[in-house]
Amino acid sequence: MTEVNLTVNGRRVRRDVPDAMLLVEFLREELRLTGTHVGCDTSQCGACLVHLDGRAVKSCATLAAQASGGTVVTIEGIAGDELHPMQKAFNDHHGLQCGYCTPGMVMSGIDMVKRYRAAGRELTEAAIRAELEGNICRCTGYHNIVRSIRAAAAEM
Amino acid sequence: MYPVTYHRPASVEEALHLLAEEEEAMALAGGQTLLPTMKQHLAAPSALVDLAACGLSGIRAEGGGLVIGAMTTHAEIAASAEVAAHLPVLGLVAAGIGDPAVRHRGTIGGSVANNDPAADYPAALLALEARIETDRRVLAAEEFFEGLFATALEEGEIVTRIHLDPPKRAAYAKFPNPASRYALVGVMVAETAAGIRVAVTGAGEDGVFRHAGLEAALDAEFTPDAAAAVRVSPAGLAADLHASAAYRAHLIAVMAARAVAAC
Ligand SMILES: Cc1cc2nc3c(=O)[nH]c(=O)nc-3n(C[C@H](O)[C@H](O)[C@H](O)COP(=O)(O)OP(=O)(O)OC[C@H]3O[C@@H](n4cnc5c(N)ncnc54)[C@H](O)[C@@H]3O)c2cc1C
Ligand code: FES
Ligand code: FES
Repeated sequence: MTEVNLTVNGRRVRRDVPDAMLLVEFLREELRLTGTHVGCDTSQCGACLVHLDGRAVKSCATLAAQASGGTVVTIEGIAGDELHPMQKAFNDHHGLQCGYCTPGMVMSGIDMVKRYRAAGRELTEAAIRAELEGNICRCTGYHNIVRSIRAAAAEM
Repeated sequence: MYPVTYHRPASVEEALHLLAEEEEAMALAGGQTLLPTMKQHLAAPSALVDLAACGLSGIRAEGGGLVIGAMTTHAEIAASAEVAAHLPVLGLVAAGIGDPAVRHRGTIGGSVANNDPAADYPAALLALEARIETDRRVLAAEEFFEGLFATALEEGEIVTRIHLDPPKRAAYAKFPNPASRYALVGVMVAETAAGIRVAVTGAGEDGVFRHAGLEAALDAEFTPDAAAAVRVSPAGLAADLHASAAYRAHLIAVMAARAVAAC
């Protein structure tokens, strides 16, 4: 067992868990934050995307122990009293159908908007499509996801 | 995943000690290859020695070249001002690896230690004549990359730093597998102090390799046409559900020509 200390969505948590526990298992099973999904076994779909110390990472390819000491933000942690602009944009632009990939898409969208802004680069439609390389959606065909991220970028 | 014991040592010395102590222990860097492999039960180390707190990350300009810590992530290399100033081609290679989340955790040390036959850095480091520093020695890329997932690393040996000198010119052209983004074929063309170097990844049955025919052709005439005219033999190239050996052979000349055009 290993002691994992994390700040998750602003709340400090401490748990003793098996060393082999993945961050996604820690979030879903220990903290019951089931908004973070598992969509594959090969680290390719991005449904499990969360922010660790301000960067988008696949929580299915990170051990809880590796993350210990860090700060995690999940889909449950981005809204205040109102939806986050990225969530609102997915709603307004029909950026989801079944919703399975959506938490990962939203976290990926927020990450790319922040990164491009920090680097002073324009987040073009082509850039959004390239940035979504690690997020797979089986329903939407991506067009409305791209539209949603563009719209949110203007609001953030 | 099978049970495993996790360690996060605070120095390379401590990490070496932990790796030596337990026979089935493995180093853990970004975990972007090792953790998925463990989930599939293709690797079952008894202990993981996380190198994150060993002070192995960072990029430094030194003597006109670059020294890159093994734990430096692909995203850090892609965004580095030092890399952009001294070795922009390496930044482009890093920016083309996998997807943003993989780049946020995957490291250059993990990639070279793993020596995946379709990985990007092995081709880049081989063509750029990089030197790979470990806890006990410095190896030329040529000696380091031995074959399919095989390197010159001994049991418990840790890659600590990568040393690179800027080439006169260089470019990398990759034909990514549309699903995985690994190289179906990737070709790094570089003109170093020693001459023209052409390194190929994704194609060799035995991992990354230099192509003598392309090097000779480009040495005689450094143009895309000269590269495209080389008949690459499919002998020794990989054939799988993604591509036949003959297709990979064709792609090598095409990618080499594109790299020359981008130099
Ligand atoms: C979806 C996906 C797409 C990808 N696409 C690409 C791609 O397009 N191109 C590409 O090149 N790669 C790609 N990768 C692989 C990625 O670049 C990995 O990050 C990299 O291969 C391994 O680096 P790591 O830091 O994650 O190492 P880990 O997974 O932690 O370790 C890999 C191996 O190296 C050993 N090791 C790690 N660090 C050291 C060290 N310092 N000294 C000695 N041994 C060490 C470990 O014991 C292990 O055996 C992809 C991965 C994923 C999941
Ligand atoms: S569940 Fe993490 S990438 Fe698919
Ligand atoms: S909305 Fe169903 S997978 Fe994306």
